[in-house]
Amino acid sequence: DIDLCGPSIPRMLGVHGREVHQHDAGWLPVYTDNSQTLGVMSIGFLLGNQDDPVVWRGPKKTAMIRQFLSDVTWGELDVLVIDTPPGTSDEHIAVMEALKDVKVDGAVLVTTPQAVAVGDVRRELTFCKKTKLKVLGIIENMSGFVCPHCTECTNIFSAGGGKSLAEHAKVPFLGSVPIEPNLALAAETGQDFASSFATSEAAIRFKSIFENLLLDNNGTVAENSGDMDTT
Amino acid sequence: FGLCNLKNVGSHRFLQKLSEQKGIYWFSSSSYFASDKLKERQEELMKRGLPKRKPIPGVKHVLLVSSGKGGVGKSTTAVNLALALSKHKSVGILDADIFGPSIPTMMNISGNPELTPDNKMIPPTNFGVKCMSIGFLVDPDQAVVWRGPMVMGAITKLLMETDWKGVDILMVDTPPGTGDILLSLAQTVHVSGAIVVTTPQKVALADASKGIDMFKKVGVNVLGIVENMDGFVCANCGHITHIFGRDGARTLAEKSETKVLGGIALDPTVMVGADSGKPVVLTHPQSTPAIQYAQIAK
Repeated sequence: DIDLCGPSIPRMLGVHGREVHQHDAGWLPVYTDNSQTLGVMSIGFLLGNQDDPVVWRGPKKTAMIRQFLSDVTWGELDVLVIDTPPGTSDEHIAVMEALKDVKVDGAVLVTTPQAVAVGDVRRELTFCKKTKLKVLGIIENMSGFVCPHCTECTNIFSAGGGKSLAEHAKVPFLGSVPIEPNLALAAETGQDFASSFATSEAAIRFKSIFENLLLDNNGTVAENSGDMDTT
Repeated sequence: FGLCNLKNVGSHRFLQKLSEQKGIYWFSSSSYFASDKLKERQEELMKRGLPKRKPIPGVKHVLLVSSGKGGVGKSTTAVNLALALSKHKSVGILDADIFGPSIPTMMNISGNPELTPDNKMIPPTNFGVKCMSIGFLVDPDQAVVWRGPMVMGAITKLLMETDWKGVDILMVDTPPGTGDILLSLAQTVHVSGAIVVTTPQKVALADASKGIDMFKKVGVNVLGIVENMDGFVCANCGHITHIFGRDGARTLAEKSETKVLGGIALDPTVMVGADSGKPVVLTHPQSTPAIQYAQIAK
């Protein structure tokens, strides 16, 4: 989680308030359960008081991000997902620089359907092009809301913007996910949405998006697990 | 007149008490025990290194619209509030979100600003509101991949080199986060107040809380919280769904000793207004969100 100003990942994965432990080789990621199949690193774990703002300038942010990549003993990972803050600034430059000797499989861009959001993601696409970062695809989030009472679908944040952008930019459109209050709730409480609400439309769409992502890359993500050395 | 090398707390305190009673001037090289006058002098010297707050030519009041978390509707709120305020005052908007400048789309303005004879940028105007944004100066496809100092340099230029002329209230739409841009703005500009926008969700509130904390630390008056994306009313059946939770802003306001300025309902007309460049307060002034914006502006 390299969103240093707004680290939301710990809360969403139910590990809010946990501490990071050190050992000889470095920092241990915080695992979501005993199976240790999902490890997390975030500045959220390092703040003395969770409410403290992190008001850092570029060099300090860059140093922190570099530490997350080099000083955390991630172990043998199949996939390292890096959640970035909005924009194309210090954090994005820092992570690209820190990963310059690492094979990065690519970037997944998330947008809501509206023009103003799509407008920002266009710039993210340019950033990816400039830094030669492969765009694995675009996900259109918050795409339509189905009223639980009458099942009428309202496009609160418009619809189709993400798909149009993908077509315009000639990158894969990975899929769209509807607004799902249970997803918002699961994020609040750190619940595993995919398990608890597996039959919801949002969960089904997510599953299909991630399966497409792994398949489209011809299993390259899984294949490279041995090569992905972030130390 | 005497000098002594004091090695312990007790001696310092003794001398201090003595000086109060006997009118002795005493001087300590340790700032911990320095007299108030010396501490003041030290603070003065340290402040010299910090940026000085400057007024913006042509602008009476500066209001920061911030959020902490991205995607909560900060720009949409800034635009609609600016328009609601413009009924009573002369308003300008500065789009300080260098990476994702939404103001040109939302206010339906485009094109390169022209210059005055003394090289100031003339802010394009629509609906009676003067606007300035980096969106007028870069292509929609261009990515602004800048580090902090360059971003702040650009924002300062947009602030100081725009011919605002006679703006009562300048709304500044800030970038998301509690990053150094917000800090720099708070330190270099006289800010009359800050409005923090959030949705009811905990993750958004957590970031809004950090923002409020930061403002307090740098002495910026937090006017209050706007809770965006409140309940959604289905147009078909009228059923209300609190998609992103509810009442979070109230809890935050209590905890941070600020107030809730108001809430804005989750309504597709707001989004349509933003995307089409015809803000909802103008196109649907009797709609719930428009009335809510007007209330907050009041």
